[in-house]
Amino acid sequence: MDLASAKVIGAGLAAIGVGAAAIGVGNVFGSFLESAIRNPAAADGQQGRLFIGFAAAELLGLIAFAVAMIILYAQ
Amino acid sequence: MAAESKIDPMHQFQISPLAGNLDGSPFVFTNSALWMLIVLALIWAFMLGGMKRQLVPGRWQVAVEGVTGFVTSMLETNVGPQGRKYVPWVFTVFMFILFANLLGMMPFAIVGAHPFTVTSQFTVTGVMAIISFGIVLVVGFWKHGFHFFSLFIPHGTPKVLLPLIFLIELLSFLVRPFSLALRLFVAMIAGHILVEVFGSFVVSGINAGGVMGPAVSLLSFVFIIGVMALELLVCAIQAYVFALLTSLYINDAVNLH
Repeated sequence: MDLASAKVIGAGLAAIGVGAAAIGVGNVFGSFLESAIRNPAAADGQQGRLFIGFAAAELLGLIAFAVAMIILYAQ
Repeated sequence: MAAESKIDPMHQFQISPLAGNLDGSPFVFTNSALWMLIVLALIWAFMLGGMKRQLVPGRWQVAVEGVTGFVTSMLETNVGPQGRKYVPWVFTVFMFILFANLLGMMPFAIVGAHPFTVTSQFTVTGVMAIISFGIVLVVGFWKHGFHFFSLFIPHGTPKVLLPLIFLIELLSFLVRPFSLALRLFVAMIAGHILVEVFGSFVVSGINAGGVMGPAVSLLSFVFIIGVMALELLVCAIQAYVFALLTSLYINDAVNLH
């Protein structure tokens, strides 16, 4: 296998991480909604925590994306 | 696949000098600097329009007060009454990121201008993250002295685990400015690349002709509209997340645990 095709395959494999982060982000918002509907009065106070969880889950997906871009475009 | 014009999604992030060249002096007026100035001018206009201190606020003043009140209440809930001191920096960061992100999404290419997203550069977001981190360090050591290191030892840690926990907490503390900057700039780059790639699908679909070409173009176009709406949301969320995490880190420095 030459380097160019290995690069493309590697970038594709790195993109799996983005999908995994999508599951994580969906999980964060899904669980929030689930419990917010049970107790709407407490929901607004937890929005900060919601976005912290979102940021943490999203960051890992973005790192996977950065890795894919580095593999593709770095010389 | 037939030979076609190559898609170059990274071209939009290139920094090019507008006056002089990059070979000699590092102080060159680039397109990045130009768009930063445009962002500054927009924020200035926005704030000046709303700071008339009318007794009965107009729409503009309500908008400005909404943003300032939003940042102030974010700091008060996360840091406590001492948090008001840090409103200037958090507000600056929030407004700059929000305006730069939104300005980068605007379709200026229709009128021939070349838009540039300032926040898609790691240097820009990195400097903002380092300033946030610097504030945390200075405030932490100023207020608590070397007691600040107790931040790295959670309450009730067993003695045996102490060195390991200390190392892990220290590492997660030191990686904060990096993650803060990386999140913003990669989110911007990812969105713009996505829009660029699907935008080129529209063009090459029309060029391909036939039945399938325009069908693909239409599909890509509809997809871009959805992605654009999502990106506008991401612009606001990233600005909010940056400000929120900054205020949380400041909370660590002010109140320890």
